[in-house]
Amino acid sequence: MIEAENLYAGYAGHSVVKGVSLRVTPGETVALLGPNGCGKTTLLKALCAAHPAHSGSIHVDGDDLGGLSAPERARRIAYVPQQHRLVFAYSVLDVVMMGRLAGRGLIARPTPADFAAVHAVLTRFGLHDLAARSYAALSGGQRQQVLIARALAQDAPYLLLDEPASSLDYGNQLRLLDLLAQLRGGGRGVLFTTHHPDHAFAVATRVVLMQGGRFIAQGTPAQCMRREQLAQLYALPADQLDRAVRARRWAQQPA
Amino acid sequence: MKTMWTLSALLLVAVMLSLLLGRYQPSPLEAALRLWQGIEGKPSELWTVIETLRLPRVIAAVSIGAALAASGAAYQSLFRNPLASPEVLGGLAGAAFGAALGILLGHALWQVQLASFVFGLLAVGLTLLLARLVGQGGIVVLLLAGLITGAFFTALLSAAKYVADPYDKLPAITYWLMGTLSSVDAHRVWLTAPPMLAATAALMALGHALNVLSMGDEEATTLGMPVRPLRLLVIALATLLGTLSVVLAGMIAWVGLLIPQIARLIWGADNRRVLPACALLGALYVLLLDDIARTALPVELPLGVLTALVGLPVFGAVLRRVAVGWSE
Repeated sequence: MIEAENLYAGYAGHSVVKGVSLRVTPGETVALLGPNGCGKTTLLKALCAAHPAHSGSIHVDGDDLGGLSAPERARRIAYVPQQHRLVFAYSVLDVVMMGRLAGRGLIARPTPADFAAVHAVLTRFGLHDLAARSYAALSGGQRQQVLIARALAQDAPYLLLDEPASSLDYGNQLRLLDLLAQLRGGGRGVLFTTHHPDHAFAVATRVVLMQGGRFIAQGTPAQCMRREQLAQLYALPADQLDRAVRARRWAQQPA
Repeated sequence: MKTMWTLSALLLVAVMLSLLLGRYQPSPLEAALRLWQGIEGKPSELWTVIETLRLPRVIAAVSIGAALAASGAAYQSLFRNPLASPEVLGGLAGAAFGAALGILLGHALWQVQLASFVFGLLAVGLTLLLARLVGQGGIVVLLLAGLITGAFFTALLSAAKYVADPYDKLPAITYWLMGTLSSVDAHRVWLTAPPMLAATAALMALGHALNVLSMGDEEATTLGMPVRPLRLLVIALATLLGTLSVVLAGMIAWVGLLIPQIARLIWGADNRRVLPACALLGALYVLLLDDIARTALPVELPLGVLTALVGLPVFGAVLRRVAVGWSE
């Protein structure tokens, strides 16, 4: 279990995350929703020590996160950043292999088993044909899939994903949601941020609503993603929200 | 992998030929005879020339080429910038000033070289200290601190040149800075080449770690890299390599920036291949140019000028293809 208590995190001098407490248990899929700039990414980075917390405590399976070595942390928590560009033209295989060698020391070398694992995870994403291609030459959605593949190759019991669906096409979004459900079935603890309430409804066992660095609600999707709460979360007039929902329903009507 | 073996074989052949190449040039038949006698233990003039002059120089050229190219590639990954070179942290500027100071104070060669070494390490130490004082120990702060230190020691170097005796000391400083292997002797090579080759080998072993480090500090941390200790280790190794190369030969220009680009062009971005490729390619490049420097004209050409004069047009010619490797 990842367990954060009264966590403050942010950048020089000011906290973006302001005193939140959160648990992610194995076999659970937690969706974190909130408007732009509310501190979702900072929270995720703090939870895997990519960015140091200002105060509060984080424990992973009972061990203090700060007391674990970087390799030990990587063996327990995998992190998927938002898709990004790279300066150097690493191949897709190179990038995914980085996850495989995580936590194996400075001079780790890939074994045949590592290559097999990387190819398996690339096949799972339909990226197998792109293995030798440069990561830099991929589309935004493909890059995002490669980063998710790398985290899976890392084979850690906990996964933190930062807007994993943001660049994916509709088909790949649905495939991602299925993947998240499978991970839950496999006993992993997953925390992901999303801007789509639908995604939270589709796979989350628990939803956390975040605003201004604090949690304003936690619970099952049905409990805390009601009309009023979403309108409040995204500062929308309720009728605007209704219009969007109605438009979507009509789109689903048979012609 | 196959190309890497080819490159190793090429380097070996180049080393052999370089040993036979020089001003003292007996006919091939006689040379073969003398070499054979040398192996049997009979001294000959050719054997002495090879042993005392050419072998140290060849080893120095190979070590310097490998050192500069490998440290350049390591810094490029560390700073996530294909334009980084061994001088980014100010170490080479410090070493150049140290050498100039040594010459200015009229000391013996070994003292000049010691001053060069000490000031090279001192400059990088100052850069790290400055970056630490600024805090937020990120890569950009480190780069800026290096820029400041480098500019500071370059200014000190100008001051040293300004006060130097224009008939005696100033030419000596200027020639040193142009970079040459003409003052290399066996004793100093045996002292500096082993640590250089060892540090190059250490950087090669860190290829995977450098890949991960080039993803950025946060991501490298989540991938299990102890970022700060690793960064210090890479800086220490690259500083040792850059400084020792200045100690041995002065400023050998552009090798650290150009060779990694060419290596990535051929072997891709993976540092597990790029670093060994850089070491081999850099060694070959400096060795061949030093052969030209010492044999092409009746007077010796400054090697550092040659590496720039030959390297830059080559780089210009492949720039288009190199730039494709940089994602934007």
